[in-house]
Amino acid sequence: MSQLLRSYLTVAMFGAIGVLLAALLLAISALVRPNRPNADKSKVYESGVDPIGDGWSQSQIRYYVFALLFVIFDVETVFIFPWATQLERYAGFGLLEMGIFVFVLLLGLVYAWRKGVLRWV
Amino acid sequence: MLAADPLFFRGLSLAVVVIVIVKVLIVFVVGLVATMFMVWFERKIISGMQNRVGPNKAGPWGLLQTLADGIKLFFKEDLVPERADSFVFKLAPFLAFVPAFLVWCVIPLGGDFSNGRGGLVTIAGHRTLVQLADPPIGILLVLMLSSIAVYGIMLAGWSSGSKYPLLGSVRASAQMVSYEAALGLSIGSVLLVAGTLSTNGIVIAQNTISRWHIIATGVVPFVIFVIAGTAELNRPPFDLVEAESELVSGFNTEYSSLRFALFYLAEFMNTVTMSAIIVTLFLGGPQPITIGDTTLNLHLGPFSGTVWFLLKLFIFLYMYVWLRATLPRLRYDQLMNLGWKVLIPIALGWFMLLAALRVARDEGWNRVVVGVVCAVVLAFSYLLLTAAVRTSSKNREKEGAMF
Repeated sequence: MSQLLRSYLTVAMFGAIGVLLAALLLAISALVRPNRPNADKSKVYESGVDPIGDGWSQSQIRYYVFALLFVIFDVETVFIFPWATQLERYAGFGLLEMGIFVFVLLLGLVYAWRKGVLRWV
Repeated sequence: MLAADPLFFRGLSLAVVVIVIVKVLIVFVVGLVATMFMVWFERKIISGMQNRVGPNKAGPWGLLQTLADGIKLFFKEDLVPERADSFVFKLAPFLAFVPAFLVWCVIPLGGDFSNGRGGLVTIAGHRTLVQLADPPIGILLVLMLSSIAVYGIMLAGWSSGSKYPLLGSVRASAQMVSYEAALGLSIGSVLLVAGTLSTNGIVIAQNTISRWHIIATGVVPFVIFVIAGTAELNRPPFDLVEAESELVSGFNTEYSSLRFALFYLAEFMNTVTMSAIIVTLFLGGPQPITIGDTTLNLHLGPFSGTVWFLLKLFIFLYMYVWLRATLPRLRYDQLMNLGWKVLIPIALGWFMLLAALRVARDEGWNRVVVGVVCAVVLAFSYLLLTAAVRTSSKNREKEGAMF
């Protein structure tokens, strides 16, 4: 138990060092850099002309569909990894089970494909 | 934070603490130096390939160019656009930088893997790994960190309140999640063979060249991993995120000064860590080249593991630069087709095939029958997939797509 936690704590400590490093760099930079804001500087970039409309424009629904599809496959990965490391233990039965599972997921991909959501126009 | 470490609850010698601290410092320095080196390396090699000189003023061969650029960025004004969501805008560089940095701690950077020593080296009477931490789920940790990096890019683009960054970031997110699926599935094949999620365990499993996972998993997962990894890094030919001709600079258009530098560092750090992950997963990490019983010995004592690791790392760093110099950028529909219609089905199919073969071997099923069944399934799926891809591109033409 303690061995297990130890490696995670090392990871967490290293993460803290990463955050500190980034913060330190920003802090140093804040001390030395100039700061002369004006209205033109704080405009967003739109190829040199004044920005038109709101920055948060609508984006296509397609991106969202891909994100949904990804969730399916990411969850699949979560189920596949433990099984892959314990392949010997579950042998033939496990293979059959996983075969069915993967088949169902592939059906999902085929369905999405047939529906045309994978097509990017 | 140190006091919370269960390591310190039971009697613990100072030497162990010192070793951990030294390891942290070494990984920290290696990470930063490797990143700065990579920036220089890429610029130098690219310029060579394009008949230019490249950076040559700062330091010998321009080696200090990155440092000079970094120092310049320190003195630049830090602008936050008026329309930006200030908090998220300032948070995003951290979300991009810290995960990139953290991947370093699970990568075996060296060690002695000969005679079943499992990468342990002895420093001042204590046996330790040349790796900061070896959590039992090392590879999952890497996948998790690469998912967090998507947030960094997504939020950077969204919080800028500007059009180009927003477009760049939705593109990036869709691309990265798409290829992450293929990435995860090709890692699955490695796990089948290695039987462990710990990065150290994966390296131990590859003790001869025929057991390197590039060969033991049959090359296909390696190829998929390299392609998906390149896409995950948003590097050319998959750099649609920062397609300069369309999106200015993509998600980091509104960033300046050191916040921009953090994104830039993260990008190159990711390139180095991705190469290191490829080496760890498929090319035996710090393991020397061993064919049968003969080992290619570098006679470098305790450093030979690290040297092997760096040599293998260089191959991939060079490959990434080479790809950038050679290949034109993909179109977005090509990118999505490659990810969803080619890489994911192949990765999944290959994974199941490999699993079936291994179960068949363990259970002692009839080899001929298994071989024939596998060949038939493989041929059938190949035909199905090519037919499907062909039909979909034909339909595309029929509908009169513009390009």
